[in-house]
Amino acid sequence: MADAAHADHHDHTPGFFSRWFLSTNHKDIGTLYIIFALISALVGIGLSLLMRLELAHPGMQYFADGQMWNVAVTAHGVVMVFYVVMPALIGGFGNWFVPIMIGAPDMAFPRLNNISFWLMVPALALTVASLFVGGAGTGWTLYPPLSDIQYQPSAGVDMALFGLHLAGASSILGAANFITTIFNMRAPGMTLHKMPLFVWSMLVTAFLLLLSVPVLGGAITMLITDRNFGTAFFKPAGGGDPVLFQHLFWFFGHPEVYIMILPAFGIVSHVISTFSRKPVFGYLGMAYAMVAIGVVGFIVWAHHMYQSGISVDTRAYFMFATMVIAVPTGVKIFSWIATMWGGSMKFDTPMLFAIGFIFLFTVGGVTGVVLANASITQILHNTYYVVAHFHYVLSLGAVFGIYCGIYYWLGKMSGYQYPETLGKIHFWLTFVGVNLTFFPMHFLGNQGMPRRYPDYADAHAGWNLVASVGSYISVFSFVFFFYVIFVTFTKRQKAAANPWGEGATTLEWQVSSPPPFHTFEELPRIR
Amino acid sequence: MTPAEDLRRRNRRTMLAALGFGGTMLGVAFAAVPLYNLFCRVTGFNGTPMLGSAAPGATNGPGLTIRFVAGTHPDLPWQFRPEQVSMRLQPGEEGVAFYEARNDGRVPVTGISTYNVTPEVVGRYFHKTACFCFTEQTLNPGQDAQMPLSFWVDPAMFQDPETRDIRTITVSYTFFRSLDDAARSGALANAGPHVGPAPEGITAGVRPRAVP
Repeated sequence: MADAAHADHHDHTPGFFSRWFLSTNHKDIGTLYIIFALISALVGIGLSLLMRLELAHPGMQYFADGQMWNVAVTAHGVVMVFYVVMPALIGGFGNWFVPIMIGAPDMAFPRLNNISFWLMVPALALTVASLFVGGAGTGWTLYPPLSDIQYQPSAGVDMALFGLHLAGASSILGAANFITTIFNMRAPGMTLHKMPLFVWSMLVTAFLLLLSVPVLGGAITMLITDRNFGTAFFKPAGGGDPVLFQHLFWFFGHPEVYIMILPAFGIVSHVISTFSRKPVFGYLGMAYAMVAIGVVGFIVWAHHMYQSGISVDTRAYFMFATMVIAVPTGVKIFSWIATMWGGSMKFDTPMLFAIGFIFLFTVGGVTGVVLANASITQILHNTYYVVAHFHYVLSLGAVFGIYCGIYYWLGKMSGYQYPETLGKIHFWLTFVGVNLTFFPMHFLGNQGMPRRYPDYADAHAGWNLVASVGSYISVFSFVFFFYVIFVTFTKRQKAAANPWGEGATTLEWQVSSPPPFHTFEELPRIR
Repeated sequence: MTPAEDLRRRNRRTMLAALGFGGTMLGVAFAAVPLYNLFCRVTGFNGTPMLGSAAPGATNGPGLTIRFVAGTHPDLPWQFRPEQVSMRLQPGEEGVAFYEARNDGRVPVTGISTYNVTPEVVGRYFHKTACFCFTEQTLNPGQDAQMPLSFWVDPAMFQDPETRDIRTITVSYTFFRSLDDAARSGALANAGPHVGPAPEGITAGVRPRAVP
């Protein structure tokens, strides 16, 4: 690998337009995905700031009515799930590091990879444009009858649905590409059981995408024809059943939440191992825990529907199956802690985000086990307790995973090391901000404050103000993050091929920073 | 075959298999529509009554109270209500009950009703032999119609630990405007009452009718 370090000196990159607009290079596409996710994040965070401004005090401040509020809530959810977390974790880090970690020269189908990325751009455009033509006030779950043309006559819903179709097509093509790459293009000696955990996480994620996204595609196709072409898949008047949509949606929706968190699991495993300077504890257990989470994730969907009229026995089954997921998840949390145990730990920014991830994800997991109980959900369904729960695992879990990956690999991807002190300040700002935002929501939920309303009873005012102040800190920390990136690219502190030392053992640390335009034209041999 | 060609061939095969996988799941999503319907009809899931078979005749079980409720979708300018609040029935015995509907609109309107029973677990023991809900119903302006249904309850429900303690079964109907009819009057495109102004008392919301 000695020659790889100066390979980039005689590395020929194409011109700006063909490099960034016609790109088939997995690293450039990965970079595009990350930039795309950051731009979408501006939209998603902007919407959440608007929402927290409205909720800071009782009464209506900024929003005209409940429909506009629901439009903002929906757009925030859809943008964050489909256009921030998924592109960053799967498209971004997945494209960048899966081929390098398995010693492949590129993805199996580079041009398909290009299509996958460029499908995302019109998808985001449609979703954002839908905000200006009336919007989709349906919630990200899109349940009929609320999403029927009768109650949402605006074309905004159709635009958002079509945007989801495009994003879904992009995900399916990307997933098939990852599966092919991981199965067929591993370097000699890189057996499945030697594969880095991030690659394992991407493999499981790709399978989840391939199995669940087409079901969403089918469901929203039916919704579009119900809205516009007089079919009655979900209309009782024509023999349809709105509850069927809920089943289809959550058959996609539940695996979707694992799609968002598994890649973060992979990143955190690498970071914990690197900064503890120990191989990850229980490697095979970690890999198969992800497989188990993926498999069980497909048979728990109706725990989102405890209030949709399902029988006691069905609820008992879904309760049990849901709680079973806590077992492989517990294996992972345990193994991360066991990796740190006795390690020679270094608390650089990526490690702070990784430990923050473990803490926050555990809090979200515990409230998840609480909500798995059908009897408790009877009370907590659609309250802020649920909002707190899924923001702890997603907004804090998955997003900490993204930050963790960015700080861990920024030097590798850009060639410039981020400023450590600023990174740490960013971590603490984010950590304080998001906890201040979302922890009070547990209390609000327990007090019975419902989701998806722009106003609330005066009794909830105190904690809502705290949450809003927390969200201002979070938004400031996001702006500060851009400042950290700005400083990184203006100070231009050269990153070494491996800035993290002996703990970083995967293949990406054996190529230069940034890696040459073409890596591993000659396949490396794994011992 | 060179290694590069071999890799290309294997890649193509894996990709096709993966896309086939995805395509199958898309098919499964659409297959779920008839399967879900079939599943509910066969298992009585979520209070879906059994249809067709004739009553075996009354047996000496604990008597049951059958209650009747009605709902009307706001798009349908009908008054729809049960003619009896409740009735007593022996298990296995065939019961006959009537609902009453009146078209308050100014043109003929076709409606169809959805139906189910609660408690939901009792669906698989509740049989309907004849019902106005099996077909679309058309009422002329101002027309009043009596709508019959006949049904029986399988005595086997007293052997099932899930249902043996049930003594009251509620039969529910919600009348919707049929899709064809709604399409004819352009109702699909707009919300609200479509056939003349809404008569007194008909406002938004599906609501059970008070029983006289």
